[in-house]
Amino acid sequence: MTTDGTAATPTIPLAPWALRCRACEADHPPAPVAICPACLGPLDPVPPVGRRLPSREEIAARPTSLWRYREWLPFTGDPVVSTEVGYTPLLDAPELARCLGVRRVWIKGDLFSVPSLSFKDRVVATALNAARAFGLSAVGCASTGNLGNAVAAQAAGAGIPAWIFIPEDLEMGKIVGSAVCGARVVRIRGHYDDVNRLCTQVADRCGWGIVNVNLRGYYGEGSKTMAFEIAEQLGWRLPTAVVAPMAGGSLVTKLARGFQEFREAGLVSGPAPRVHGVQAAGCAPIIHLFDRGEGSTAIEPVIPATIARSIAIGNPPDGLYAVRTIRESGGWAVAVPERDLVEGMTRLARTTGLFAETAGGVTVGGAIHLARRGHLTAADEVVLCITGHGFKTPEPVAAVLPPGPVIAPRFRDVQNLIDKETK
Amino acid sequence: MTVTVHLPTVLAALADGRSELAGSGDTVGAVVEHLADTWPRLAPRLRDGDGAPYPFVTYYLNDEDVRFADGFATPVRDGDELVLVPAIAGG
Repeated sequence: MTTDGTAATPTIPLAPWALRCRACEADHPPAPVAICPACLGPLDPVPPVGRRLPSREEIAARPTSLWRYREWLPFTGDPVVSTEVGYTPLLDAPELARCLGVRRVWIKGDLFSVPSLSFKDRVVATALNAARAFGLSAVGCASTGNLGNAVAAQAAGAGIPAWIFIPEDLEMGKIVGSAVCGARVVRIRGHYDDVNRLCTQVADRCGWGIVNVNLRGYYGEGSKTMAFEIAEQLGWRLPTAVVAPMAGGSLVTKLARGFQEFREAGLVSGPAPRVHGVQAAGCAPIIHLFDRGEGSTAIEPVIPATIARSIAIGNPPDGLYAVRTIRESGGWAVAVPERDLVEGMTRLARTTGLFAETAGGVTVGGAIHLARRGHLTAADEVVLCITGHGFKTPEPVAAVLPPGPVIAPRFRDVQNLIDKETK
Repeated sequence: MTVTVHLPTVLAALADGRSELAGSGDTVGAVVEHLADTWPRLAPRLRDGDGAPYPFVTYYLNDEDVRFADGFATPVRDGDELVLVPAIAGG
């Protein structure tokens, strides 16, 4: 019995799904391993045969977290940690729709994600449950900031020691946001891709759960819940297009997968949305691959040079899969010039009141470029994925906004300002 | 030139469990071919049938991604360290 006298719901022990290689299709038992021993391809969790899927009504009656879609997440049984993550708002943005010349625009508001104000909370929620199920002693990540914040916050809530590896020159808000939760924050001399390579070796040798390395298969599945929520929040239907920022390239692939899985389950019908992927021009290796055409299959890595630090990955591991997903969906891929990123952030803020981090500037700036080139049209109902909050990285916007006048506490001075402003 | 090559655990199993190997050659590609000759089971995991690197396996020579140098044609020196990392992680 619970403390209020009601009968406690029996819980089913958490067990991760088995894994299958995306390249050679070899099957492997559940494990904190992300690479196929046979061919080095990536491993994905495979749902058990014959699992029962819930109806719209069953889902709608569940608590508002990403676990309301648990049958599509890579476990049998009940989650043991991070149980309140997900179900961020979907916000109507009519003024932005007018700016873009489309029928409707909604903002998928992962900038309000609990607990760490970015969409990385979704992937960490599934990764930490995998870490617990495998009995790992510590968790960690290679991060451009948001992932580190999500791991630090959720590991603190779960009581699991956390190690966060980041480039040494990351924005202060993102360093403090991890350190305040008690995580060990380690700053690495180099770019994200150097941190990434180091963490691959850490995962290999330390036996920890590095969420985006050896727990990557379980981690990635959390991203699908963004698509599930969009479909449910639109009243069990699909938009015509989504626009999402790309770093490693995984999110766009998981959005498409999520929409597809809901269509296969009969929860939504109609055409799958076009998935548009956007990057900052200062770090756009996936766009370069897309622009080289269908014959190109290898990412050419770049050294990042962008203010959009949270998506500055020069060697994106899912880049090829992202390009395939975009093409198959009928979507497009654009690089947003650096000068347009802050304009994207201010355009979003001045039409919706939402303060996104720099990646949000890439999404909105990218949507503007897509509309100008005819990839968004008047009939479109578009969801823009805003994946992190601007309070974490105010520096790029603060640098171009006037700080405001300083005046004496006298009404006459206010009146002078009003007269000047309204002249 | 003798180079120390570090393998991930998943590949060490194909080299009698050794994660640190000695390779020789004048370039990264030559070192890889030397390893392939010495450890035949490892060979198809190191490079493709044409002897070229796979897109999902990255080679770092003394911490530098060889794709930013001359790839497999990058020259090596005695005592260099070559680290082989499957491209799996992401932001």
